[in-house]
Amino acid sequence: MKQFAYARPADREEAVAMVSGSPGARYLAGGTNLVDLMRLGVAGPDLLVDVSALLPSGVQEQPDRGLLIGAGTPNSDLAADERIRRDHPVLSQALLAGASGQLRNMATVGGNLLQRTRCVYFTDVTKPCNKREAGSGCPARTGAHRDLAVLGASEACIATHPSDMAVALAALDARVHVSGSDGDRVLALDDFYRLPGEDPSRDTTLKHGDLVTAVEIPLASALTRRSAYRKARDRASYAFALGSVAVALEVSGTTVRDVRIAFGSLAHRPWRARTAEDALRGAPATADAFSAAVEVELGAAAPLPDNAFKVPLARNLAVSVLSALLEEAPR
Amino acid sequence: MTATTDAPTRTGTHPRVEGLDKVTGRARYAYEYAADEVAYAWPVTASVGAGEVRGVDVDGALAQPGVLAVLWHGNAPSLADVGDSKVAVLQSPVVAFRGQVVALVVASTSEQAREVATTLTVTYDSREPDVVLRADHPTLYRPESVNGGYSTDSVIGDAVAEFDACPVQVDATYTTPPEHNHPMEPHASTAVWGDGRLTVYDSSQGGNAVRSTLSTLFGIDRELVRVVTSHVGGGFGSKGMPRAGVVLAVMAARQVDRPVKVALTRQHLFDLVGYRTPTIQRVRLGADPDGRLRSIDHQALEQTATVEEFAEQSVAATRVMYAAAHRRTAHRLVRLDVAVPSWMRAPGETPGMYALESAMDELAVATGVDPVELRIRNDPDVDPETGARFSSRNLVACLTLGAQRFGWAGRDPEPGVRREGRWLVGTGMASSTYPTYATAASCRAGVDPDGGYDIAINATDIGTGARTAMLLVAADTLGVDPSQVRVRVGDTDLPQAGLAGGSMGTTSWGMAVEKACRELLEAVRAAGGVVDERIEVAVDTKAEIAAQAELSRHAFGAQFVEARVDIDTGEVRAPRMVGMFAAGRIVNARTARSQLIGGMTMGLSMALHEEGVPDAAFGGFTNHDLSTYHVATVADVGDIDVGWIDEVDDDVNTIGTKGIGEIGIVGTAAAVANAVYHATGVRVRDLPITLDKTGQLA
Ligand SMILES: Cc1cc2nc3c(=O)[nH]c(=O)nc-3n(C[C@H](O)[C@H](O)[C@H](O)COP(=O)(O)OP(=O)(O)OC[C@H]3O[C@@H](n4cnc5c(N)ncnc54)[C@H](O)[C@@H]3O)c2cc1C
Ligand code: SF4
Repeated sequence: MKQFAYARPADREEAVAMVSGSPGARYLAGGTNLVDLMRLGVAGPDLLVDVSALLPSGVQEQPDRGLLIGAGTPNSDLAADERIRRDHPVLSQALLAGASGQLRNMATVGGNLLQRTRCVYFTDVTKPCNKREAGSGCPARTGAHRDLAVLGASEACIATHPSDMAVALAALDARVHVSGSDGDRVLALDDFYRLPGEDPSRDTTLKHGDLVTAVEIPLASALTRRSAYRKARDRASYAFALGSVAVALEVSGTTVRDVRIAFGSLAHRPWRARTAEDALRGAPATADAFSAAVEVELGAAAPLPDNAFKVPLARNLAVSVLSALLEEAPR
Repeated sequence: MTATTDAPTRTGTHPRVEGLDKVTGRARYAYEYAADEVAYAWPVTASVGAGEVRGVDVDGALAQPGVLAVLWHGNAPSLADVGDSKVAVLQSPVVAFRGQVVALVVASTSEQAREVATTLTVTYDSREPDVVLRADHPTLYRPESVNGGYSTDSVIGDAVAEFDACPVQVDATYTTPPEHNHPMEPHASTAVWGDGRLTVYDSSQGGNAVRSTLSTLFGIDRELVRVVTSHVGGGFGSKGMPRAGVVLAVMAARQVDRPVKVALTRQHLFDLVGYRTPTIQRVRLGADPDGRLRSIDHQALEQTATVEEFAEQSVAATRVMYAAAHRRTAHRLVRLDVAVPSWMRAPGETPGMYALESAMDELAVATGVDPVELRIRNDPDVDPETGARFSSRNLVACLTLGAQRFGWAGRDPEPGVRREGRWLVGTGMASSTYPTYATAASCRAGVDPDGGYDIAINATDIGTGARTAMLLVAADTLGVDPSQVRVRVGDTDLPQAGLAGGSMGTTSWGMAVEKACRELLEAVRAAGGVVDERIEVAVDTKAEIAAQAELSRHAFGAQFVEARVDIDTGEVRAPRMVGMFAAGRIVNARTARSQLIGGMTMGLSMALHEEGVPDAAFGGFTNHDLSTYHVATVADVGDIDVGWIDEVDDDVNTIGTKGIGEIGIVGTAAAVANAVYHATGVRVRDLPITLDKTGQLA
């Protein structure tokens, strides 16, 4: 393994200064993704700035503004938080659908958002990959792409974002708090993640040195309380999603009052299905309407030979979860 | 647990003798032996799919901190040729497959060795690799023979003409992907030279073969080589023969004149320790409307490497399973730019029985005969190809008792009609079989005046419970309590014995242990029944093995599975499995149960998850860890209920055992696939049965 320096700065400002000032520096949180990538030679930092002790950990209630989740909160703690389980079950379920108990104990909220793609070429330094090495090519298109994107991909890259948690956060309209060398800012999840476009090297809009300090989720509502996550994968546990969906549904009488749908593992970012949501708001709350709306959303899909199954999978996931939520909804 | 017959049983039950050592971390594995001044070697593997190594930046690497040596074919010591490309490391510029060892970095710490190895500049002349097995591959050929000494083809009558004349026909092609062994403990070795002697602590299924191979490769007297294999964390065939790692450790230790450790990573295991060949199998069954088979035709296409032939005996089991007057079986190979495939738990039977038992299910559907009854109807009286008598054959009993235990009776054969909530539910079954092998072994048994007995044999306990099994065979023969017997295994200083493989460990070693104990009792009797000084005997079983009559020796079994398929996602679960086996004498019920459950779990894993994905563009595989090569997790495994009949077989060998290490995996994948068909009406003929294949994602 490549030699590297390790630092434990005293506070956030020092951490940001350390990383911003050194192109080869990386933040280290739980290390469950970064250390693996270092072992594989995919990441080769010369300085690791350990922020695990200085990042806020835990869930804070902000009067009138919802919950503020510290970026250092372990995934397992967040999943177990009573307010999350009661008011935002989709988030707890998404977390519990990810990785394993041991990994969730180590993994942090910030690290989870910033985990890298699981594309098999990205993680094999002996093969080309535009995301890892700009301009080297994307062998996934004609090679192993069964797990990869059907929406929003580019010629340069068809990677998917692997996080389950982020999909639930997308459905919850979460916002990411960031500290950078130019100060603090708050980004909507939509403005945080990006599509690969011409430059797949970047997963997010963050600049080098930007530190994620917290994630904010808006006040709970009837909508967020009736929310759920479902993930389909190649085995019952401990596998990344082939497709997943985070859904929240509020009905009034027989009509959809409000709805949120976000897909995971279909794109370079959590895919918020706004077209489907718009179509459903005010529409009859029936399986047929759900299906029709989701089909329109997925009409934009451009699958490849080995991942075409993801399109009907995503539709079925969404329809099944919407239908299940509908069944338990008060009219 | 046991379905008893009235015959007497000699089944014991005893906890693993080394269990406490293992769970407390006292049990020492190959990499954990301390040695003074130890150095670490890290293999550098080819990053091209095929070609030749042109050069290695040895000087650049030697200038790095801690580096003691950099070996490649340009400077590595030459090794004697043992006809095994897998151990002929660094002997030639040829890169036969991506991931092959092309250099070795030896350094003072493992981190230094690894860093330099992964950044070492190696230049190649490369060409595009050909790594995908296809039925229409232009270079398909017929191997001389196949693994296990089986004939490549067999022809009885005219299977094709008879098939054409049959009123009921099944003609289907089944495919299985490459599968990787992945024992819990990756291959590791510690090599220590001293006073002209070589000691190797190795993670191996048989130290004897390691000793022979090393002594020939390095031109050193066998007696000067000691291989210790005290504890081994599984192998599933991948540690059956010495592999690159141990040879590199010994080579490096000699080169730098220090003890050297080599531990392969999980990544290395994909390329360096063998794997199960992918197969494309065509099965044609011709039958009468009552399901009686008239013609069986089974052909398997497989791959091997350009540098070495390994031909898996995929259709061997078909030769013993069912009666039919006309039969044909065949193996064909393609040489590809791939690593040499090798043994993986029940090589041959595992892929072959997936195909045959799936086809039998298709025949049951075509004839309307119940799948259990279909197999009973076609059960032969004698070995259907050799005409030999079976030492014992209790497939029918397994089918009947297994069906009872599972609750098979009254099953509605109609596929795709049972729904529970969002699940489609179905049941399926398949037969299992595995041949009973035995090889000669030697053993020493002694008794001391204090009444303590000891047994010494170079058996290897790879986690199966072999130590404990030998203890029970000895105690049973001696007629003493197991607490009075001590068993030593896993060291070539002990009397020579064969490997833990082919499900023959307990039989081969047990025969020697039993004989030694019998002779010890006689020696004690001859001494007047008093032990006032140590009495010791040494035996081997060459004569017993040579005297074995020409019989057809096989264990049999039947497996039953309930499968559920999610109608929204196509995901498959198998909440309930039953296995019933007839495998001769079961020496230790406790560890036997684990072996059978483990085998069925691995079969379930094969059915639903495991898939090595060849990288058509770059060579090798695209998977490189256990998050991209899926094996069943605890959450995937439901209730597995195993049992056996108390099969007393005095003809199979001198101790009546048939072996249980492998039969558990045989047939499982077919039983799962058949259950998925029954659940959905969709016949998946291509493993693994992933959600995209179950027909729910239209
Ligand atoms: C075998 C396995 C299976 C898994 N399965 C799943 C799964 O099914 N679903 C799923 O969602 N995830 C899964 N994961 C991924 C897991 O969720 C992530 O590894 C984990 O969330 C990362 O968190 P961490 O704190 O360990 O991050 P680290 O590894 O410490 O960091 C990850 C990245 O984020 C950066 N970083 C960390 N914290 C911050 C911060 N506060 N500000 C800015 N940058 C930061 C680091 O520099 C690094 O680049 C799996 C992981 C493994 C190893
Ligand atoms: S899909 Fe993206 S990550 Fe994968 S190989 Fe192509 S560029 Fe690299």
